[in-house]
Amino acid sequence: MNSYSLLSLAIWLPIVGGLLVLLLGSEARVALSRWMALAISGATLLLTLPLYCQFDSTTAAMQFVELAPWVERFSVNYHLGIDGLSLPLVLLTSFIGVLVVISSWTNIANRLSGYLGAALIMEGLMIGVFAALDAVLFYVFWEAMLIPMFLIIGIWGGPNRVYATIKFFLYTFLGSVLLLIALIYLYLQSGSFALLDYHQLAISAEVQTLLFFAFFAAFAVKIPMWPVHTWLPDAHVEAPTGGSVILAAIMLKMGGYGFLRFSLPITPDASQEWAGLMIGLSLVAVIYVGAVALVQTDMKKLIAYSSISHMGFVTLGIFLFSPLGVEGGIAQMVSHGFISAAMFLCVGVVYDRMHSRNIADYGGVVNTMPLFAALMMFFVMANSGLPGTSGFIGEFLVILAAFDASFWIALGVASSLVLGAAYNLWMYRRVIFGAIANDKVAALTDINGREKLVLVTLAVAVLALGLMPNPLFDVMHASVDALLDHVSRGKL
Amino acid sequence: MGQVAMGFSVQELIPVLPEIVLLIGASVVLLVDLFAPGKDRAGTYLWSLIALAATALALVYSFQGPQLVLGGHYQSDALSLVLKLGMVIGLACVLLYGRGYLAARDLLSGEFFTLSLFALLGMMIIASGGSLLSLYLGLETLSLSLYALVGFDRRSVASSEAAIKYFILGALASGMLLYGISILYGVTGTLNLVVLQNEIASVLTDAGQFAMLLGLGVVFVVVGAAFKLGAAPFHMWLPDIYEGSPTAVTNILGTVSKLAAIALVLRLFADGLQPLLLQWQPMMMLLAVMSLAIGNIIAIAQTNIKRMLAYSAISHMGFVVLGVLAGSAEGYSASLFYMLTYALTGLAAFGMIMILSRKGFEADQLDDYKGLGQRSPLLALIMMVVMFSMAGVPPTVGFFAKLAVIEAVMGQGHTWIAIIAVLFSVVGAFYYLRMVKLMFFDDVEDPSPIEAAWDERVVISLNGLAILALGVFPGGLLAICSQVF
Repeated sequence: MNSYSLLSLAIWLPIVGGLLVLLLGSEARVALSRWMALAISGATLLLTLPLYCQFDSTTAAMQFVELAPWVERFSVNYHLGIDGLSLPLVLLTSFIGVLVVISSWTNIANRLSGYLGAALIMEGLMIGVFAALDAVLFYVFWEAMLIPMFLIIGIWGGPNRVYATIKFFLYTFLGSVLLLIALIYLYLQSGSFALLDYHQLAISAEVQTLLFFAFFAAFAVKIPMWPVHTWLPDAHVEAPTGGSVILAAIMLKMGGYGFLRFSLPITPDASQEWAGLMIGLSLVAVIYVGAVALVQTDMKKLIAYSSISHMGFVTLGIFLFSPLGVEGGIAQMVSHGFISAAMFLCVGVVYDRMHSRNIADYGGVVNTMPLFAALMMFFVMANSGLPGTSGFIGEFLVILAAFDASFWIALGVASSLVLGAAYNLWMYRRVIFGAIANDKVAALTDINGREKLVLVTLAVAVLALGLMPNPLFDVMHASVDALLDHVSRGKL
Repeated sequence: MGQVAMGFSVQELIPVLPEIVLLIGASVVLLVDLFAPGKDRAGTYLWSLIALAATALALVYSFQGPQLVLGGHYQSDALSLVLKLGMVIGLACVLLYGRGYLAARDLLSGEFFTLSLFALLGMMIIASGGSLLSLYLGLETLSLSLYALVGFDRRSVASSEAAIKYFILGALASGMLLYGISILYGVTGTLNLVVLQNEIASVLTDAGQFAMLLGLGVVFVVVGAAFKLGAAPFHMWLPDIYEGSPTAVTNILGTVSKLAAIALVLRLFADGLQPLLLQWQPMMMLLAVMSLAIGNIIAIAQTNIKRMLAYSAISHMGFVVLGVLAGSAEGYSASLFYMLTYALTGLAAFGMIMILSRKGFEADQLDDYKGLGQRSPLLALIMMVVMFSMAGVPPTVGFFAKLAVIEAVMGQGHTWIAIIAVLFSVVGAFYYLRMVKLMFFDDVEDPSPIEAAWDERVVISLNGLAILALGVFPGGLLAICSQVF
């Protein structure tokens, strides 16, 4: 075991740094805020790299564990650790964190230091969510994260931002309080808030069902599953580009992570009992929400619905209880982290120039922004699951797993390949191809160096994961096998 | 009656030293204000703070572990020490926040300081109440001072109206409480809380006709206590009085006197009436659920922040009552923790209203907070922390307060009540979020500069910081609160 506190550093460096950016920054010193934020997020990324290098992928046990008493009255501990399920998400968070800072370099007009500070604080809190092994610590990170996101959407968002951000907060808060009740119940049963103790706690079938739905309330809202997804399109549309990126690339993954860390191991029997429901809802998300994406006229809304549809793959993969499905689900989460971030950044690029997200306002962008058009083409393809890109890996594995379970599930979920290609490519055609639609499009300038840097980095990541997914799968095999073994044994 | 020594020795006065010091201090302040008030009553203010500091010192240094003195009417224990320290510190903050505010309204008179100190004396007597009689005497000392304070802005109709309302309803509630006490006394023949507890237990085991009479007495005691606490459906007075009083007085009502209310409730129900748990628990369930529902829902409709905070206070009392009705040591300590931290949060909220008010302008409308994030980022940040703490969002202390109460309630098997409580706290989150929205998302309507003295800024910053710090490190205070019981 490692003795130095890499995880703590990765959590607290961005939080403390974010507070510093908040305090030191002012309208007069935007450059300072920018460079400080870049340095802090860069350092956080560097801090998380050793987590991967020194990770022992042969064991499902928690690694880089830190344990210290926190609130003794409730035997709450400051307990951190990661395994193969959380490591990819921690890395994803620190990676996206840097890109968010770079992409917000110039497109936030006012109170930039506040924006960057909130983004950094959120990065630390999200790493905390993925690393927390104590239920109260997890809950504190999970809830505290709502505050900066609430502010980011509310202060720097679009015209309807107040409605969107309050809806976002209350929706997720409502789900979370039921999670809190479930966690306190488990505390009263087991006498501790240690998550790993809950995995071994014997729970009757009825109680498991209640707990399962309490978890469901929190995680299904977060990921989000149909029919509790309606906050997401609103939040995405109104959020500034960086906010959308954080929301889509990382925050949604917390829902999927929650299913893997809470629902499956703590209530394995209820998970199996209700898997049919989960699979059904996932299919609705994949097919119906995919169809909804088809008719969107707003680019960000389209990507938001496409996110929900892609998250349907994640929940489907998880509740098929096969190694292929779960690993596919995690791969899909990581891949969607890259692709959705890239898609929102692409929309951000044109939005900064045109101040419109409306597909109808565009057309013929390829004539003025050829390089951008090429990059966006790549991401649109990846978003529709083109082989060779990371989008393919997760979807393919989940479809394979679905075939093992039932032909009809596989048929349903595979239909998303058609739907995805349809809404992605149709949107792309209307925005990028055709004759130049109006004077504004004619006056567009191609992406600058900074935008190029961000998009190319993401393109490399998408391609790398698509061609060589093994580094990702290697770290999670042991943990996924252990999890599924635990689920199949059950608790009854 | 138990063998309580009726003799008197000076030794017995040592635990009472804080009250004696405070009484002397209040009298000194009264005289200072008559003969040497100083410019802008600086002398009165200074001597009031000295009196409070001396009381705090007397509290810490005269404490010698649990003692029951003065014929069993006065008890000094860890609970009273914690509560009294909270009250003294709270009142010091109230005076500090209130001074500039009252001066700007020509209200800075000696009465404010003297009456506040006498109110504190009443609160401290409640916190140390060893018998029903001393509890009642403390309560009346507190209430009479508060009636006068509420109405001490003579030129304001709202203030006078609030005072009369408060007096009439308060007298009614005191009457209820006294009637309940008289029934309890009639059945058990004692006023002493410890003896009362034993007597009640023996009456219950006898299963005689007196058991029902005890139940009747408890009803009146619960009603009286619920009124003083401000729990629904005995909450009607609260919004009008919060709104009508000068904000400096509202700050006492909304924070420090809540500590007296929890002291009263804990002394009555945890100490004296514990054996009748099954009688008062269902009544309190009703009180808790109604407070949560009425407080949180009606607060949404308010446009005046003092009224909004009044309804929010009602909903918070729902949580406090939840902890008490758990009937366990965890529950009592959770309620104590909740009330202490609520008082801390409330101090900052009312303090903020006073800081943002200035001569001829009262920042008591929600719209007055529009764009505060641009006018003063620091103050807006503090108010945001206060709001999130009241909503129970980590990493503020309000989260751990709710966690403690819910844990205690679920520990006694009342899971459904816990679920109702958290669902209503989601409803409540809306109007706290609306405050954050006004401060950060809306544009400035009133760009006038904020005139706040440096000491007010320092104290409110520390106040906000304390809310955050206790949210990140709640262990110490939680441990203190659980050792008390």
